[in-house]
Amino acid sequence: MDPLQQAKEPFRFHTRLNLTELTGLRASVLPQLLKLIKKVPGACIYHHTHRFLEQHQYLSPEPPNDFAYWVSEVIGEAALAEQLASIDTVQFSTIRSLRDRIALTIEDYLAKNPLASLRFAGSGEEFHFVKSVSFIVPTGYIASTLEEFADILEKITIDSIYFHVFEARLRLEHPTNDFSYWIENALGCGELADKLAQLDPYAYTMEELRKRIISIVRSGYAKTC
Amino acid sequence: MPKLADYISVVTQPVIDDLRLLADKLRGKVIRNINSTAVGGGVTEILNRMVPFLQELGIDAHWDVIKGGERFFAVTKKIHNALHGATERITDDDLEVFIRTSKDNMAEMDLSGDIIFVHDPQPIALIEKKESNKWVWRCHVDVSEPQRNIWDFLMQYIPRYNAAVFSAPSFSRPLPVRQFLISPSIDPLSDKNRDLPDDMVRTVFDKYGVPLDKPVITQISRFDRLKDPVGVIDVYKRVKKYNDCRLVLAGGTASDDPEGLQVLEEVREAAGKDRDIHILLMPQNDLDVNALQRGSTVILQKSLREGFGLTISEALWKAKPVVASHVGGIPLQIKNKYSGLLCRSVDGAAFAVKQLLNNPGYARKLGENGREHIRNNFLLTRHLKDYLLLFLSLFHSEDVVYL
Repeated sequence: MDPLQQAKEPFRFHTRLNLTELTGLRASVLPQLLKLIKKVPGACIYHHTHRFLEQHQYLSPEPPNDFAYWVSEVIGEAALAEQLASIDTVQFSTIRSLRDRIALTIEDYLAKNPLASLRFAGSGEEFHFVKSVSFIVPTGYIASTLEEFADILEKITIDSIYFHVFEARLRLEHPTNDFSYWIENALGCGELADKLAQLDPYAYTMEELRKRIISIVRSGYAKTC
Repeated sequence: MPKLADYISVVTQPVIDDLRLLADKLRGKVIRNINSTAVGGGVTEILNRMVPFLQELGIDAHWDVIKGGERFFAVTKKIHNALHGATERITDDDLEVFIRTSKDNMAEMDLSGDIIFVHDPQPIALIEKKESNKWVWRCHVDVSEPQRNIWDFLMQYIPRYNAAVFSAPSFSRPLPVRQFLISPSIDPLSDKNRDLPDDMVRTVFDKYGVPLDKPVITQISRFDRLKDPVGVIDVYKRVKKYNDCRLVLAGGTASDDPEGLQVLEEVREAAGKDRDIHILLMPQNDLDVNALQRGSTVILQKSLREGFGLTISEALWKAKPVVASHVGGIPLQIKNKYSGLLCRSVDGAAFAVKQLLNNPGYARKLGENGREHIRNNFLLTRHLKDYLLLFLSLFHSEDVVYL
């Protein structure tokens, strides 16, 4: 598509900044972890499945979520940790369904391995439930064409990309990521939008994800929509 | 005193832009920090940087200090120790002194402002003068296992605040007010952390008589049993059987601390006549500490108990491979096998140190990961961002806030 084609609506980039709120809730054994996973606010589940990605954005792709890390490093149940780490987060469109899947994974494991319930975390190694409070702020960056969009992607913060790709889709329950939505609806390029929507963002480090998105967007310059 | 723009080269321009975006939402608010001393200590160090940065961002930030006599500060010292879990006998008379001094401060201090940010337990009772403005209690102390009666005493004040802030999740307790996690931070431009030329690092090692002819394992901390310096020597001895190396144990002078001198004697005795163990009793010298960290092969922090343990962030910022105990705030700074190695015993620590000495590529990768982890999570700019978000959270109760 023409990279200079004017969009029906411009894309306003936002950024998302997180403050961590403590709940005072902690688990020392797997049954306790399971019970709390079922009842804590969705913002807790979001935090513990995405914080690792955000805090360790420089690491190789597919880092584990906090539950997997704790089960592996503290409780020492490697098989359960592997199951939790390999939950395909991108397949879930709501925090509710992601929470159910995590709970079911632990429940099934405990049913088959009752002795795992007896393993406990030492003092100071308990799992502490915390949640993310997100502040969403509009930035000064606005794109009216695909070319402007790609140029801005080069310079905005990782927090902004994170917001439009992860947070908007899963936590705010938008139907797809914000970039695909805009490309389809404001620029009318469904093929390019689909290509971005098919990306598994959890399989990249944050900077690699930025590069991949830019590369997909720029590959759209040469194609017809 | 550096300006925010000086940090762009470390954290990039957009991070500083975000701080300005947030600060714009707080424009016109008066924020009053209150603590118990203007000189010395970690809180003062933080406020010395934070208040000027908040002002640079256009926020009307102030910093006031409570007054108190010798007796008051003797009581608050006991309260501090009791919160850390030590057994302290705090009498009704002690509490009476605490309450009376707090009332004197209430009468004298200007407690107006949109947000009153109270640091640590000493000024906690000022909350009695709260009006319709917002009050936050910032607890810098590890209160994971406090002496019960003292925690109960503080609980007559804490629920009256709008929010509480702790440095690590393990320090939090169920409270009837919102509580936030804000970790401390290091300043990448300070003498303790800024880049140093290699020849300066070598000069400092020469000054302390430590040859750089073999790998150097270093622990920097005061001579205190909770830092387990004798355990560090045991680690070194286990490693030394297989890897020729030196050990540096460097810490502050302990002339005013009788127990510190005793620990130092125990350390010297444990070291015996081993010429590869270097016990450095150092005055406060940030540049020398910086150089010792940079010139070391592996940094060790084998504490038995730790508040937050910012020496870990300091070492990781220098991209050093670190072996540290799984205590206090250390696991927040090190994810085992990603950005360092965690241990729980002398044997575990020795095994981890050997792994790093024998696999320099692995050690380098952990150090590089560690530096990026600190860049993203434990620098002063993140701390400043958290404070701005904390202030904004006082005016919003939702989990997702559109500004």
